Amino acid sequence: MDTRELICISCPMGCMLNVTIDGDDVKVEGNTCPRGAIYGKKEVLSPTRIVTSSVKVRNSNIAKVSVKTEKDIPKDKIFDIMAEIRKVTVDAPIKIGDVIIENCADTGVDIIATKNVDKI
Amino acid sequence: MEQHKLVIIGGGPAGLAAAVSARKKGIDDILILERDYILGGILNQCIHNGFGLHTFKEELTGPEYADRFIKMVEEEKIPYKLNTIVISITKDKEITYINETDGMVTIKATAVILAMGCRERPRGALNIPGYRPSGIYSAGTAQRLMNIDGYKVGKEVVILGSGDIGLIMARRMTLEGAKVKVVAELMPYSGGLKRNIVQCLNDYDIPLKLSHTVTKIHGKKRLTGVTIAQVDENRKPIEGTEEYYSCDTLLLSVGLIPENELTTEIGIEMNRITNGPDVNDRLETNTNGIYACGNVLHVHDLVDFVSQEAALAGENAADFILNGERKSNETIPIIVKNGVRYTVPQTIDIENMSDIVTVRFRVADVYKNRSLCVYFNDEKVQDKKKRVLAPGEMEQIILKKADLEKFDGLRSITVCTEEN
Amino acid sequence: MSKFDYDIVIIGGGVTGSAVARELSRYTLSVCLLEKEEDVCSGTSKANSAIVHAGYDAKPNTLKAKLNVEGNRIMGEYAKELDFEFRRNGSLVLCFEEENIPQLKELLERGKENGVPDMQYLTGDEVRKIEPNISDEVVAAIFAPTGGIVCPFNLTIALAENACDNGVEFKLNTEVTNIEKLDNGYKVITNNGEISAKYIVNAAGVYADKFHNMVSQDKITIIARKGDYELLDKQAGKLVDKTIFQLPTKMGKGILVTPTVHGNLLIGPTATDIDDKEATATTAEDLDKVARLSAKSIKNIPYRQVITSFTGLRAHEINGDFIIGEVKDAEGFFDCAGIESPGLSCAPALGIYVANMIKEKANAGNKENWNGKRKGIVRPLTLSKEERAELIKKRPDYGTIVCRCENVSEGEIVDSINRTLGAKSLDGVKRRVRQGMGRCQAGFCTPKTMEILARELNVKMESICKNGKGSEILVDEK
Repeated sequence: MDTRELICISCPMGCMLNVTIDGDDVKVEGNTCPRGAIYGKKEVLSPTRIVTSSVKVRNSNIAKVSVKTEKDIPKDKIFDIMAEIRKVTVDAPIKIGDVIIENCADTGVDIIATKNVDKI
Repeated sequence: MEQHKLVIIGGGPAGLAAAVSARKKGIDDILILERDYILGGILNQCIHNGFGLHTFKEELTGPEYADRFIKMVEEEKIPYKLNTIVISITKDKEITYINETDGMVTIKATAVILAMGCRERPRGALNIPGYRPSGIYSAGTAQRLMNIDGYKVGKEVVILGSGDIGLIMARRMTLEGAKVKVVAELMPYSGGLKRNIVQCLNDYDIPLKLSHTVTKIHGKKRLTGVTIAQVDENRKPIEGTEEYYSCDTLLLSVGLIPENELTTEIGIEMNRITNGPDVNDRLETNTNGIYACGNVLHVHDLVDFVSQEAALAGENAADFILNGERKSNETIPIIVKNGVRYTVPQTIDIENMSDIVTVRFRVADVYKNRSLCVYFNDEKVQDKKKRVLAPGEMEQIILKKADLEKFDGLRSITVCTEEN
Repeated sequence: MSKFDYDIVIIGGGVTGSAVARELSRYTLSVCLLEKEEDVCSGTSKANSAIVHAGYDAKPNTLKAKLNVEGNRIMGEYAKELDFEFRRNGSLVLCFEEENIPQLKELLERGKENGVPDMQYLTGDEVRKIEPNISDEVVAAIFAPTGGIVCPFNLTIALAENACDNGVEFKLNTEVTNIEKLDNGYKVITNNGEISAKYIVNAAGVYADKFHNMVSQDKITIIARKGDYELLDKQAGKLVDKTIFQLPTKMGKGILVTPTVHGNLLIGPTATDIDDKEATATTAEDLDKVARLSAKSIKNIPYRQVITSFTGLRAHEINGDFIIGEVKDAEGFFDCAGIESPGLSCAPALGIYVANMIKEKANAGNKENWNGKRKGIVRPLTLSKEERAELIKKRPDYGTIVCRCENVSEGEIVDSINRTLGAKSLDGVKRRVRQGMGRCQAGFCTPKTMEILARELNVKMESICKNGKGSEILVDEK
């Protein structure tokens, strides 16, 4: 049996979690909402993160469009994702939610725009 | 002179939410004045996620959160002027602004909402000795250059101050290929949110040195390095603990200051702790019809709370415009004690207060296992146990009108921490 | 046609070199000024107390005393003619001990002997009536109403611009590495080639000894004397109205407290001799000293409102004298060396003095179309509402405020770049129009100012510097 103290990052509240791991059985305490329990479990079994960055834009007076992974991706894939993001240049116009990279770095997760960018 | 019912100074998260809520309360004539070329304020450069869990029940990035409110403003057809700087406001609510198309114009408002936000403390305010080379940025300036303009600001980075923008930038610069060597924090605790320490520093093995500060700046043209030393309990550097870090970039995340130059010129009463105006539970300053919300009132860590606060300011400004001034016989002061640094609002007007008032505040130090307590006069009426309280995290208590009315001879409300 | 490239080469684009250049530009002489930095006003002239001294400090009958009183007298005319900020706010010298009153009275007498007008002796109570924030410990003071404050940047820049507009050639980024004697003239070797001239003016500040010693056997030594300052927010600018000095005693020269001509409060300087003539770094000890000693003069200085601190290097000649004039064993080589305080105050008079010497030696006449008037950059903030509105109609970029703290518009920044000897970097813009000088210290306006610089100079953002090559703001990935 193993216990870990974590800080929940599901939201800015930052609840202190006590996670007890007993084989496949993971028990989370200290969370103030159900998201905390999910986070605690995931963080010890297969930690994930949302990655946010920005991508170069052509045909606009805005230099870069901000982007994010549509949902969380495995933590150890963060730098693979960044390498892909750095390679890409997109054309304006862009709308929030537009897919910028499909299935980024084979995670099965798309990179989507988080900003509207007008064409000039 | 051009007249408007409600003029909102600032089109960031506070200004936008205030505008939308005033419109919903029936104000047909609103004007937002924004200094930048887009609405949304600082959210536009906050491209990281973590916004909107309270407001929209989902996790958004800054630009997405801003866009939700910009859409509402557009749908409500609320007029706004961009690239417009307000240079003065008078007690009579005459507002003078400048922009390229209108030139210099003075307009009059029935009510004004101050939503100018805040700025970062610069290096000069810290008086760090040494040269004055390039490569020293306040974290927000570097954030803007990277996230809005798309430039690279440095390769080897030291960050002074563990405020949220500094933590976010530590991760951002790491992801963009820079080496973030260390984050030094003068205080024995971080000024940022716990989650940011986890996912911006710990995730990338960036060391956080508490009770440390930069004692010297090296490099005459571009920064070549900094000296970092440990500080004692009086925050004075301890001799012999100096360590040299080579770097071409120093980011400062050492505090935010509400931008109240306009407010003080009106002659509005200011609060020494928040650096914002003193307000009552309607978020009205001591000048009738002038309201304040968001970071100009006190620095927040969550935009969701800014939106809530701003919506309240919008509602109350609308009430002022539609129903006139609310005269009250008595205002009850909120007193802070034992580890509570300030509250917003600072006073409660029982007669006119809403059924529920949220009082927000910060504590002075990191406290473990304490209670947040509320007293009516000398009688304890609330006691909420907290495992951890930290200055970096805003706290709140709720006051119910019914409770205040019920309490005979209420003279003061005290908010304090108590050891368990 | 002369066998030389120029009649005169001036080494150094500080206030002294610029003043000499401006005064020489009146005459039918070809003049070239060499400055090693990318802009004029980049050394001692940019980091000092910004005071126009009344003239009671210098020993009577010295050139220093004469130039100071004369420089002070004509500063007002100069400010009008050349359009820079100057205010005659008056100076006070405070005395803290009864036993030092004789020295204070001595200073008063010296001032009178130097020809400083209208000086007065005040008791402690009298001085506190004029300046209520002066310390209760002050027992007496002298008041010199002609003392003033000036914008050291715009004083220097105005002189340089006017010289340039009247035909003086400015070679910036040009560092003199050697000087060789020729028949009746000199060859100046620089990083940008060789230049010959009949006359040389050595106005090289802390490096004046280096150039003097290249041509003369009578060696001089200039020491860099460092002084740290702290600048406070405009909210503190009204704490005092006059420039407050402390009576020099055996404990030291003391620290001054003064409003600046732009409404900030300035305190400093310390005086520490250093070996490195480029070492413009503040130190913790000196900054502490500034705070500690200024508190002696003025009650309740709000040190929390410090917005920046800086160091200036004074060019201190080891015997403490100005060395001005033709070098004995180097005909045609004119020194302006050891110009420490009150160099800024002396500058206009010193320029005239040196220019006259050379003009007479060269037997030059007046230039026909010389124009001594210079118009500074339009400052919308100082205009009436109507004038400002009118201005924005004509030039909309005066309606975009870039620097919020100091209320500086895009139009002013554009002007600062595109005029004679225009700004090339963030610091150049800052010194000309105060962008980034305010309480946020360029936090908000840096990106926008860089964009304007890049656009107007037609260079890429990555080459924009803080102050000259090597101080680029961004990383160039290409």
